[in-house]
Amino acid sequence: MKELSLNVLDITMNSVKAGATLIEILIDETDTALTITIRDNGCGMTEEVVQQLANPFYTTRTTRKVGMGVPLLKLAAEQTGGHVSIVSDTVDEAPDSHGTTVTAVFDKTHLDFTPLGDMIPTITTLIQGSPDIDFVFRHTKPSGATELETAALREILGDGVSLAEFEVLQWIDGYLREQYAASV
Amino acid sequence: MKSLAELAAIRDKMKDKVILREGSGNKRIVVGMATCGIAAGARPVLNAFVAEVNAAGLSGEATVTQTGCIGICQYEPVAEVFEGDTKTTYVKLNPDKVKEIVEQHIKGGKVVEAYTIGNAEK
Repeated sequence: MKELSLNVLDITMNSVKAGATLIEILIDETDTALTITIRDNGCGMTEEVVQQLANPFYTTRTTRKVGMGVPLLKLAAEQTGGHVSIVSDTVDEAPDSHGTTVTAVFDKTHLDFTPLGDMIPTITTLIQGSPDIDFVFRHTKPSGATELETAALREILGDGVSLAEFEVLQWIDGYLREQYAASV
Repeated sequence: MKSLAELAAIRDKMKDKVILREGSGNKRIVVGMATCGIAAGARPVLNAFVAEVNAAGLSGEATVTQTGCIGICQYEPVAEVFEGDTKTTYVKLNPDKVKEIVEQHIKGGKVVEAYTIGNAEK
């Protein structure tokens, strides 16, 4: 992957497939470290499945026998001296708090750090594909924060207008872009 | 500054349009958005389809949706266009090719043979 924002898109697709109704994408930056947290309230995975995730020959897909999403994220983190951790609870294990949290930690100062890239098209792509999921996006830097909660936008739009409408996606794009410009 | 009031104005403007749109939409554009697609450049391809369909005023006739791995990872980014019983598979896409496909195929009804999988396999 050319930028970490693509890994974020890819990993968040797993939360979508897990049937999550709320997905939080949190990016925390200091001057030297970058932490990505993707938390969902989806169906969760058993410990056995979580153990298998780093193995590229484990996959839920049926079209072929290779699953590269988590291994690619792990590679990107570990090549900077960082790591990925995954905590998950199935509906059986935790009826009221099931879901998965993926955390990836990167050393920004490392030569092999992949740049985060543009998070905005990752967020708009997720909303375009799943306008009814509640996404919470927060990117904090020492200089300021960029935030979006789709539940609040849906409240304004009402039932008649989908978050996936082009004009709405464009508004979200501009809204995020302005917040980023203010926190450079 | 982008304000929430601006979003409310979009809502009021969209409401009428959305009602008009219901029941129409005979073309479906499906973009592969699994790991293989994303790594090959599916994100800008999807966003180009969304933007070009809208720019061409075709939001009533074509919908853009996402799917997982289509199974031909070596040809990603891939998009399939469904019209009734017909399916056209476009491969190795980029935003420029998307613009042509929307103009010629989605708008004009003529398949862009050069970018189809049949052509790529020759």
